[in-house]
Amino acid sequence: MQNCNKTKHVWKKVNSETLMKSVFWSCAALTVISITFIGGFILFNGLPFFAHTNIIDFLLGEYWMPSGEIFGIFPMLVASFCGTLGAVVIGVVIGISTAIVITQILPEKPANILSKTIDLLAGIPSVIYGFFGLMVIVPLIKKYFGGISGGLSLLAVIIILSFMILPTIIRMTEVSLKAVPNEFKEAAYALGATPLQYIFKVQLRAAKSGIITGVILGIGRALGETMAVMLVAGNSPLIPESILSPVRTVTANIAMEMGYASGVHQQALFATGVVLFVIIISINVGMQFLIRRLERS
Amino acid sequence: MNNEIVLENKTFTDVTAPKINKLTSSRNLKEKFIYGFLGVCTILTVGFLFWLIGYILINGISHINLELLIAPIVTTIYMVLIGLGISVPIGIGAAIYLQEYATDGRFVKIIRFATECLSAVPSILFGLFGMLMFVTALNMSWCLLSGGLTVAIMILPTIVKTTEEALKTVPISYREASLALGATKIGTIVKVILPSSIPGILTGVVLSIGRIVGETAAIYLTAGTVFGIPNTVMNSGRTLSVHLYILAKEGVSLSEAYGTAVVLLIVILGLNFLSYYIASKMKK
Amino acid sequence: MSTIISIKDLHFYYGDFKALKGINLDIFETEVLAFIGPSGCGKSTLLRILNRMSDLAPDNKVEGSITYKGHDIFSYDAIELRKNVGMVFQKPNPFPMSIYDNIAYGPRMQGIKNKGALDEIVETSLKSAAIWDEVKDKLKKSAVGVSGGQQQRLCIARSIAMNPEVLLMDEPTSALDPISTLKIEDLINELKQKYTIIIVTHNMQQAARVSDRTAFFLLGDLVEVGKTDDMFSNPQKKKTEEYITGRFG
Repeated sequence: MQNCNKTKHVWKKVNSETLMKSVFWSCAALTVISITFIGGFILFNGLPFFAHTNIIDFLLGEYWMPSGEIFGIFPMLVASFCGTLGAVVIGVVIGISTAIVITQILPEKPANILSKTIDLLAGIPSVIYGFFGLMVIVPLIKKYFGGISGGLSLLAVIIILSFMILPTIIRMTEVSLKAVPNEFKEAAYALGATPLQYIFKVQLRAAKSGIITGVILGIGRALGETMAVMLVAGNSPLIPESILSPVRTVTANIAMEMGYASGVHQQALFATGVVLFVIIISINVGMQFLIRRLERS
Repeated sequence: MNNEIVLENKTFTDVTAPKINKLTSSRNLKEKFIYGFLGVCTILTVGFLFWLIGYILINGISHINLELLIAPIVTTIYMVLIGLGISVPIGIGAAIYLQEYATDGRFVKIIRFATECLSAVPSILFGLFGMLMFVTALNMSWCLLSGGLTVAIMILPTIVKTTEEALKTVPISYREASLALGATKIGTIVKVILPSSIPGILTGVVLSIGRIVGETAAIYLTAGTVFGIPNTVMNSGRTLSVHLYILAKEGVSLSEAYGTAVVLLIVILGLNFLSYYIASKMKK
Repeated sequence: MSTIISIKDLHFYYGDFKALKGINLDIFETEVLAFIGPSGCGKSTLLRILNRMSDLAPDNKVEGSITYKGHDIFSYDAIELRKNVGMVFQKPNPFPMSIYDNIAYGPRMQGIKNKGALDEIVETSLKSAAIWDEVKDKLKKSAVGVSGGQQQRLCIARSIAMNPEVLLMDEPTSALDPISTLKIEDLINELKQKYTIIIVTHNMQQAARVSDRTAFFLLGDLVEVGKTDDMFSNPQKKKTEEYITGRFG
């Protein structure tokens, strides 16, 4: 009798074990399902649009006139590209420099404070960046550079985006600079290197795969940013003539018109989403490939 | 390190040293320039942050009108609760599977890749997806639940990652001790491993709250923009961030916009300090 | 023989810990001097003070004086000092770049940009370190890819490329296999024609094989210094004898 009881107990235990394991398994599987669903849904809803306008005309078309059913997102691609490129150039220069100051130059205490301050920068919502840009940066651009749209411009987009991606670049650079073994520092110093010569000629080189990851994450963030950009960009769907021209990014194109679009127009917005999705995922896949190659060599 | 630099400055001009050549002095100048440049960049970073925070606090603090903000605040809280309620259990479950059960196989690789991709997807695409899936396909229309489900997927990678990190820090010896006492694996997880990784999980939760509170694009497209206190989760509503976006976009009432921005900023700063607090507790 | 480095009444502290307690020692040109003693006796600490790598340690304090060719090293530019006094570490530490770039690192920092001049420096340095034949076909390959013994000789070549007068070696063979160790020891015998070499070692046989003079340290004191042959056959102090014969350490 007692023996029988014990067996039953064990059986129950084993059963709950396997049950819980499958529960945890399903949770993990849900992440895969979500990304598949996101990709699938956007593709499924966006692809039918290409029966209306073929993909080449869509990507390279210079005019976006929903009322005339002319859908070309080339101006938005140019705007997103220029905005991201500008932001990354500024972000990389300022970000890597700040990370060097934090990890290599400042004593521990102020470095810690600075590092935490930068966390704050990362936590501030994008809409606040946008609001600040609209209230402060845009009027400043208007005052000092003029331009046709009262300061709403590619330049404003670049400035706001570069500060938004700074924390990502700084954090990744910080981590990878700290991970460089101390032996390299000793070797360089023993050869008569100054601290700066060590940092620029040895340490940054040794930390490059982490820094590149940070930069690519920053590119992703800049490309995907919507609300902040929408508030300062001016949003006119024309190819920018100068850095002071108002622009509309790929992301803003979706968010601006989604509220009222219908029919083919709505499909065109989904198709814009498909383009963005493909760009972001290729950057991500490309990054993993690049990192693997860098680590191997 | 600092010590080192000071020493150098003191001794660079020492003329008695042999082998000092012209290079040293030109190097000295070049290095000073580089130090200056690095310093300027750092000041730009910090300066921008203080400028932004200072500007919004100074201009907004007198415009805080909580009565006008009750609806967005309540909506924001709903949104946070729905998002966390869905995402935290799933995220913790997924992390437990990855850390405690999974052997390094194909499935794990796929999950990791999916999590990476999920964290790279910009919020506007989450919004687009939420709109297509919940608002249209499931016919839920623009409502808190559509928004909550969307942000739940958005914060999932953060929850999974931070929980995984937290689980990793639990020493193997705890697991062994518990198993050696005859505890089952699930018992060990629930009674030993999870409790000792709570602070780490909390950090992830706080980060996620910050993300939901600050999110605009995804919520704007899924929860709509109706201004008012929602009665049920099937009502539309606008969170603080969406509210600020609309006020800024329409430019009707700048004082309200400043007031909203301040409240939003204070919430975010508060969450930030909360996460430091948890992190410092964790170290002890 | 003339004195190149002269240490007078040197005290060194890490925070509250006194690592060296009044060291007096003269080091001569083109000699090989071995520092021996049990772990924690201060031999590596002293070595690292000689090219001021000790500056890197947090919270350190020096009292007393060291002169290099008559100049006080503490009022000397540390960077210039290190160009004259090279160092080879316990664990081979080539930079994660090509063999060529490793050797050319120092000269490039000095502002040498001419390709021909760099090529020449790289070749002569690698030849002096007796590794040219092994690596001449893979100069563009990563320095991290060669064996540990080769890496250490690359590190020696890298120091030589700076054309130093003194080479400090901090247990340069402790991470290497016996064959690589022998190669390094042969190399030291070659190099002493041109350079003053100070080597820290745990291995008494190594000290006996490579050095002209030996200094024995214990708990931050310099117990005894003298000709290696004399010291190993007829140590003056009892502690030295006990250490050499393996009774402690």
